[in-house]
Amino acid sequence: MAAADGAEQTATEYVSHHLTNLTFGKIDGHWGFAHSPEEAAEMGFWAINVDSMLMSVLLGALFVGLSRFVISRMTVDAPKAASWQSILEVTVEMVQDSVKSSFHARNNLIGPLALTIFCWIFLMNSMDLVPVDWIPLLAQTAMGDSHAYFRAVPTTDLNITLGFAVSVFFLIIFYSIKIKGLGGFLGEFAFHPFGKYAVPLNLLLELPGFLAKPVSLALRLYGNFFAGETIFLVIALLGYWQLPLHFPWAVFHILIVTLQAYLFMMLTIVYLDQAHTDH
Amino acid sequence: MNLNATIIGQSIAFAFFVWFCMKFVWPPIVAILEERAKKISDGLQAAERAEKDLELAQEKSTEQMKEAKQEAASIIESANKRAAQIVDEAKEQAREEGQRIIAGANAEIEQEINRAKQQLREQVAALAVAGAEKILEKSVDQAANEEMLSKLANEL
Repeated sequence: MAAADGAEQTATEYVSHHLTNLTFGKIDGHWGFAHSPEEAAEMGFWAINVDSMLMSVLLGALFVGLSRFVISRMTVDAPKAASWQSILEVTVEMVQDSVKSSFHARNNLIGPLALTIFCWIFLMNSMDLVPVDWIPLLAQTAMGDSHAYFRAVPTTDLNITLGFAVSVFFLIIFYSIKIKGLGGFLGEFAFHPFGKYAVPLNLLLELPGFLAKPVSLALRLYGNFFAGETIFLVIALLGYWQLPLHFPWAVFHILIVTLQAYLFMMLTIVYLDQAHTDH
Repeated sequence: MNLNATIIGQSIAFAFFVWFCMKFVWPPIVAILEERAKKISDGLQAAERAEKDLELAQEKSTEQMKEAKQEAASIIESANKRAAQIVDEAKEQAREEGQRIIAGANAEIEQEINRAKQQLREQVAALAVAGAEKILEKSVDQAANEEMLSKLANEL
């Protein structure tokens, strides 16, 4: 367990400590880190979860850095290609296939967007395969504070998943208006499915569905990983029993990590495809 | 769990990484994938072409082989004909030569016979004269006898 002080930590405290973000914001008139979830809540909207942002940016940088490194020594000769290159190529081909099968307009943004979403979320998710105390311990040692909060898996932070979802949502709105015009975009809500004489009913039916897109995107990813991480933490409380239990859960999570990253990517592609076509 | 500006931070980071990926990651990988696909399809095309060429060459070679065989057969045939002709000619020549030799031999034999007849006649004449001399017991004029005898010999 991470807490190194003399006082015995209860299981609930252990779990909730691991699930609390390191929040930086303004409290009582000065800027600083929150020392409890209540303080973090008091900071209001203009605070930032330093741990999630740090892990997120580090993993994003890992993705582009690793890609650039592999690209710098890429070769056309397939038999001579390094295995890293093969992994990157397979991933890109998977993304290309997904885009080709689900996205029917032409847009040069979709491929890179889908690739970034898949790889970045995959890396963030895979942080939950790292034993739960390692990264927090590292961060606490670096900060010199054995009580510091540090949440190692960015996708267990709703802010991060919402960041993705909101960005995708704005892209949907942007391309809808760009392709169909503002009138066409709004008309989809007003005149479907019951024609122009039932505008209020149409709005009532269509708007929640539209607004649910980003919410469902964000909550699906967040819920999966929040729950998964909680189970990892509970398993970590079991002493020696955690060894036989952690393994199957981690193996199962290899599937979840990939599946959720893929799902997020696929849904983004599908939503953007809808934004590009009249329906 | 509280929502805060992390959403905005994450959105900015997301925009940056997507831009970076679109600029520096996606294009080179796609380019290399396309280049490889082109290389492979070129290779396949070349292989197909080579296969077609091979087929053509095989066809041509069998054709040539057939022609060559036919030519060889016709050459052998004409050679055989020529050989038979030569043999016939040689036979003809030999036959003519033989006949010539036989004719020559015949002529010589005839001559020999004639000469022998002549001699025989002369000897018969001399014998007759000697006989007559003996009968007459008297020498007759040698010169007149000679003349008479040669006349006699010619009449024989």
